[in-house]
Amino acid sequence: MNILFSPWPWYIAGPVIGLTVPLLLLLGNKTLGISSTLRQVCAICAPGSIPLFNYNWKKDSWNLFFVFGVFIGGIIGGILLANPDPIGISETTITYFNSFGINDLSGLMPKELFNWPSLLTIRGFLMMVVGGFLVGFGTRYARGCTSGHGILGLSALQWPSLVATACFFIGGILFSHFILPYILSL
Amino acid sequence: MKNIKYLIVGVVFGIALTKGEAISWYRIQEMFRFESFHMFGIFMTAIPVGAIGLLLIRELKIKTIEGEDIIKPEKKYHHGIIIGSLIFGFGWALTGACPGPLYAQIGAGSSVTIVTLISAVAGTWTYGRFQKYLPD
Repeated sequence: MNILFSPWPWYIAGPVIGLTVPLLLLLGNKTLGISSTLRQVCAICAPGSIPLFNYNWKKDSWNLFFVFGVFIGGIIGGILLANPDPIGISETTITYFNSFGINDLSGLMPKELFNWPSLLTIRGFLMMVVGGFLVGFGTRYARGCTSGHGILGLSALQWPSLVATACFFIGGILFSHFILPYILSL
Repeated sequence: MKNIKYLIVGVVFGIALTKGEAISWYRIQEMFRFESFHMFGIFMTAIPVGAIGLLLIRELKIKTIEGEDIIKPEKKYHHGIIIGSLIFGFGWALTGACPGPLYAQIGAGSSVTIVTLISAVAGTWTYGRFQKYLPD
């Protein structure tokens, strides 16, 4: 039974993720791309007279079903089949986290950082509210995210997606090394 | 109910993201700090598998289950790709999540990620509102 609860190694998770690209095309000419759902929510809730949100979002409603599935996948993978052990990240990273007082490595998210009361702290506000805003703003500006550019775009050998993915990583690496440590110390 | 099949693919995708720990803030930090191969391994296997799938579809002229020709996915370049991607990279480092993992994190029990998701919608809306003033 243990095998159900153990985390998947990269060589299992990666190929399953990659398979969704041809599968969505085979099922109905759909292209993987999750940041589009954020645009759809805007189009449904508050399109105003903004050109970006005045489009036939109903044609893309399959994507809302897809992300509802991703949410259910999170319940299955993160609760029903949750790994009972602390996450198996590298010792170097654990030491780094400990230096900021992050000691609870159970689950997939650091509960010491991501919890409701910490929304009212500067650190929590920056990490969740500002962080989320940057994710939504940046992915729409780039017209794609890790799934649309990083997985689908690169699978389709689209060079603009290579530029995008390189910049995702440049942004993330610079931020993690030079700015995040200051935020974690707050 | 023709959309149920996409929900099922989403469930599989979500389980793979979650059990592969790609939705974990810990794993994302570890990746950006180059302290493990795990996340790079996921990308380096997902992309070739997707690429081989697309190649087979094209070479064998496979059609959709409803008999339509399969489109060739294309991504056009605009300078916003560079600016937007860097901004997203900052957000990815902060939240440990790209848009897909946001949904999976909520499912996996991080209820406060709902706030992050709402904030991401607000970010997308703000981009749309000010798009005309921003360099493309």
